Amino acid sequence: MSDSITFRYKISGDDFTRAGEASSDVKNKLKMMGVDNNVIRKVAIAMYEGEINMVIHADGGNVTVDITDDNIKIVLADQGPGIQDVEKAMEAGFSTAPEEVRALGFGAGMGLPNMKKYSDKMDIQTVLGVGTTVTMNIHM
Amino acid sequence: MTVQDIIEAGYFELCCEGNTKRLITKAFCCDLLSIAMSRAPENCVWITVMGNKNTLAVASLTDTACIVLAEGVRLSEADMACARQEGITVLQTELPVFDAALKIHRLGLE
Repeated sequence: MSDSITFRYKISGDDFTRAGEASSDVKNKLKMMGVDNNVIRKVAIAMYEGEINMVIHADGGNVTVDITDDNIKIVLADQGPGIQDVEKAMEAGFSTAPEEVRALGFGAGMGLPNMKKYSDKMDIQTVLGVGTTVTMNIHM
Repeated sequence: MTVQDIIEAGYFELCCEGNTKRLITKAFCCDLLSIAMSRAPENCVWITVMGNKNTLAVASLTDTACIVLAEGVRLSEADMACARQEGITVLQTELPVFDAALKIHRLGLE
C-alpha cells in the first residue's frame, strides 16, 4: 500500500456563500501536487456538488479526502435528515431544494447525478433521521 | 484571443481584473450553476445573469477565464472583494446574455 495524504474539512451549514471553499482548497492542493487537470476538474465538480448538498439539506457536515498514488477518495458525511428515496434523488431534475436555493442558481436536481457522472465509483449510505454518507472514488 | 483583448474591445465595463493574459477558447452562456459546474469549458468566457459568490466559486472550480455579468447585474462589494482575492476577471454590461456572447464570439472566436 502506498502512502496516502488525508485532508479533512468541516462544512458549515449556515452559510451558503461559503460552500465551495473546501473544494477550492482541494483543487489548489491537487494542482500543487501536479495531478492531471482532468482529474482535478472531476474532483472539484463532484466535491463541490457534495458540499452544496450538505449545506442545502443537512446543515453542513464533514469531508475527508484521501489521496493515494492512483486514487482520490472523497467521503462526505452529514447528520442530516437522510435521503428518502435514493433512486429518485439520483434522477436528473428531481429536487427537494427550497425556493431560496433555486433563486441562487442551484436546486436543479443535478447535484447527485453530477457527482455520479464525475466520480468513477460512488456509494450512498443513508438512514432517515440519522444522516447520509456519500463516498466517491476518482481514479488517477 | 485573451481576456485582455475582450477588455480592450471596450464593450464591457471592467469591475475586477484577474489574470488577463489567459487564452479564451469559447463563450459559454448559462444561469443554472449546477449546469455551469458540469458544462463550463475550461478557459471559457462565462456570460450569466447570476452574480453571487457561488458564481465565483463555480468559475474558479471550472477554470473559467473570465465572467461577464449581463443585463446590468452587478456583484456586491463583498463578492467583488472575493473575486479580487481569487483573481477572477469580472466584466459587466447592460446587454442581454445573447448580445454579449455574440460580441465576444465576433471578436475572435468565429
